[in-house]
Amino acid sequence: MKDLHAWAAIAIIGMAATTGDVLLSYSMKRVGDVGELWKRRGVLAVIRRVLGTPTFALGVMAMAVAFYSLLFGLSWGNLSLVVPASASLTFVANAVAARIFLHERVGRRRWIAALLVAGGVVLMAL
Amino acid sequence: MHQLTFRKYLVLAGITVFSTAGDSLLARGMKELGNVSLHNFSGLLLAVLNPWVTAGILLLLTFFACYMSALSWADLTYVLPATSLAYVLVALVGHFRLHEAISLTRWLGIALIVAGMGFVTAGPSVTPSHQHEKSPDALPDTASQEIRS
Repeated sequence: MKDLHAWAAIAIIGMAATTGDVLLSYSMKRVGDVGELWKRRGVLAVIRRVLGTPTFALGVMAMAVAFYSLLFGLSWGNLSLVVPASASLTFVANAVAARIFLHERVGRRRWIAALLVAGGVVLMAL
Repeated sequence: MHQLTFRKYLVLAGITVFSTAGDSLLARGMKELGNVSLHNFSGLLLAVLNPWVTAGILLLLTFFACYMSALSWADLTYVLPATSLAYVLVALVGHFRLHEAISLTRWLGIALIVAGMGFVTAGPSVTPSHQHEKSPDALPDTASQEIRS
């Protein structure tokens, strides 16, 4: 029963985190290199630009859902189960979502890296 | 092949370290509080008053700033594997600080993650995107060309 709770939390964390990652990545690409912006306009301009991006708020909301699910999950399962298992799920979902929604070119090198990491994370959750 | 600047490698390292430290402190705090259930929702809201949880949240906020910075100049599919060492660190911290066991398969998993990380960091950090909307302030300095793979 406790295990079922932990895995339910893992599934919710994975879905919320993927949604959040894609929205945040999209937002930050629109903002542009924050290091350059900081150098030329100062940190306030960076903050204003980031907060002024509507998808950023949506991404943060999705991340908040993932975060509170993580708090639940951590109280039900081991740190070394919940964190790797939800990460693995997020990882695979993100690679697919980044290709579809962010139009990132996921080349051979990245697929290998993604599969190695996802496989490694699954092994860690066994 | 375009190389990231030292500052950008520091940001990637910050993602790894701060997320690990933050998660570990959160786990420690939540273990102290015991099981949180849906029947006891106020317990979850009060969890932020636990000093371990508070410290964990502060570290995770630092992680978030580093993460946003990285996403502003690198692809999501680059940043995630490049910082996947965090999961290895989480397992090691769980093992040495929280006394959770690491089995042989888990060590194998750690090896795969490290290999995957090496693979992605040897490639370009940003791939040119056809419908990439460049804002007027965005500089093309980090837009390295994807060579072939």
